[in-house]
Amino acid sequence: MSEGVGVCLQDVWIRFGDFVAVREANVEIEGGAFFSFLGPSGCGKTTILRSISGFLDPSQGKILIGGNDMAGIGPNKRPTALIFQNLALFPLMKVWENIAFSLEVKGEGTVARRKRADELLDMVALTGQGNKLPSELSGGQKQRVAIARALCAEPDVLLLDEPLSALDLKLRQHMRTELREIQQRVGITFIYITHDQSEALTMSDQVAVMKSGVIDQIADGQTIYDDPSTPFVASFVGESNIFRGKVKSIDGDKALITTNRSGDLLSRIPASVKGKLGVGDDAMIFIRPEALNVTKDTPVANNHVKALVLNEEFEGQIFNVFLEGDGGKQMKMSLVNQGRARESEKGSSLTLEYATDQAVALPAGELASE
Amino acid sequence: MNIGALFKSFINRNGWGLGSYILIAVGFWLIILIILPQLSMLDFSFRHHLPPPEMGGPKDTYTLEHYKYLALGAKGASQSYNVVDLGVFVRTLVAAFFVTILDLLLCYPLAYYLGQASGSGYTRILVLFLIIPYWVNEILRAFAFRIIFGDSGVINELLLVMGLINNPVDFIRDNVALYSGLGYAYILLMIFPMYNVIESLDRNQIEAARDMGAQWWRIHWRIVIPYAKPGISSGCTMVFMLTAGALAAPQILGGPSSLWFTQIIYQWFNQGGNWPRGAAYAIVLLSVCIIIVLSIMRLFKVKMGDIGK
Repeated sequence: MSEGVGVCLQDVWIRFGDFVAVREANVEIEGGAFFSFLGPSGCGKTTILRSISGFLDPSQGKILIGGNDMAGIGPNKRPTALIFQNLALFPLMKVWENIAFSLEVKGEGTVARRKRADELLDMVALTGQGNKLPSELSGGQKQRVAIARALCAEPDVLLLDEPLSALDLKLRQHMRTELREIQQRVGITFIYITHDQSEALTMSDQVAVMKSGVIDQIADGQTIYDDPSTPFVASFVGESNIFRGKVKSIDGDKALITTNRSGDLLSRIPASVKGKLGVGDDAMIFIRPEALNVTKDTPVANNHVKALVLNEEFEGQIFNVFLEGDGGKQMKMSLVNQGRARESEKGSSLTLEYATDQAVALPAGELASE
Repeated sequence: MNIGALFKSFINRNGWGLGSYILIAVGFWLIILIILPQLSMLDFSFRHHLPPPEMGGPKDTYTLEHYKYLALGAKGASQSYNVVDLGVFVRTLVAAFFVTILDLLLCYPLAYYLGQASGSGYTRILVLFLIIPYWVNEILRAFAFRIIFGDSGVINELLLVMGLINNPVDFIRDNVALYSGLGYAYILLMIFPMYNVIESLDRNQIEAARDMGAQWWRIHWRIVIPYAKPGISSGCTMVFMLTAGALAAPQILGGPSSLWFTQIIYQWFNQGGNWPRGAAYAIVLLSVCIIIVLSIMRLFKVKMGDIGK
């Protein structure tokens, strides 16, 4: 790793008329990394990808690939290859012709092209399928052809625009692993666009979370999940029980927050927002459903809430328990299925506790809308 | 499935009212308006040219004389083949072929632009500009061309003023007016089938090809043209058939020495009153056009179903 070619966005703005699609993007993508842009549809992630591939020029700012400024260099001259959301395989060409198209462009002879196409077909486990037409392949196979076709051009950077979104769940999960493996084998930089958080978290070295043109946070998957830096990131990636309130006191990275409906709660301020939260500020606490636990002991002060069980959902490996806290607050708790008798009878009143570390306090802000 | 079951399922699907309307309308159109007249023309073409009282009489037998006439000319003529008629026939087909190619070359870029820029307001205005001139009827359009290309027409005046020529060019005699008129007459039939197909081409395919470094001509050669092939062949077939069978434009725009094969057919029917010979000539034109179209389709591996696209 890190031998590959890096990509750098310096203060990139992209405007369409009055509409700002991307605002002040500063991203440093290490060579050989698997980097994802994660965000809801319309957040500008595809726009960023198109500007890296050269189909779109930033209105302002610079895009560097391998340290070279890409301004004025067309998509056909950049060391990038793009895999489209709908794959865009050429339907009238055979699979091997599709794969070797970039060699055809360079004027390579049929024999050389066929040979390279067959090598790539072996690599994506499609040996012997070269003479078929794309329409004769299954969804997952087409996917692999698109990857092979992109890799055939030997790009330094592979750009992927939600290429798994058309597949069914099982295949998608399988292709995730496969993509990650291919990336590690070829060792080039992958830049991946998705609105699916689990795709981003499972595959990526680094994830950039975007919201309406702004990159909120860039970090590895676990940091994104455990230490979100904005309420948007916290609510977009995974689920949370959200408590609004005002900061009562701060002690190091611990904040005591007076919530509107659930009393005073203790929580942790993640490193990324240290100093941005002061006493008296509006704040939000995010507690993941799996961070809540039922306790029967006398609870620790300020680390618990009381709630009534409304409903229960069995999902296999976990139970989802839906609860109503003080003042009608809707909450959710996830318990690992351990085959034990359930403690959460419908209608029963529970005391839920959490570890202070697992409650994240952030300055109040915009949430991701479902 | 036999005919009865087919009929029943058709009626079940569409209901009695709509079902029987479709069957009657299509049947009437197909049988009464297309098949029967053509069959009677075919029948005509094999009969002697007789005055009305002798029709159906003992002399009214089947004969190949009209086909022979087209090939060999009148009995006792100085030449052993009907050089004049055959010459016109071949010239008509060759000219129709080149008009088709010309239309294709002119229309492809337009159709591509329209198809790929689709959705914008521009396209709709452009399409309107293409359609509205066709509200003007064919005769008027042909005469307008005659005026434009005439000795003192706009084009000659312009060339004279610019000093490019000293004397007016006789565009009519040189058949420039004829070919322009014919080329223009069916341009829409070339553009729209191509436009329809190209419009459905996924833009990402063009971008993917560009991303892989393809030059513009390769994108057209490898991606757009193969995809647009049904539209191209549909447009070419229609333009070729209609040009070869055009009558008004050659009549009005043709030079004094040039004759279109349809004009000869027209002469046999009207001036000569020789319907059997006119029918024979028309049947030959139709059959040869069909053979040419089918062989070209075969050459370019176009399926019959593609034409309907």
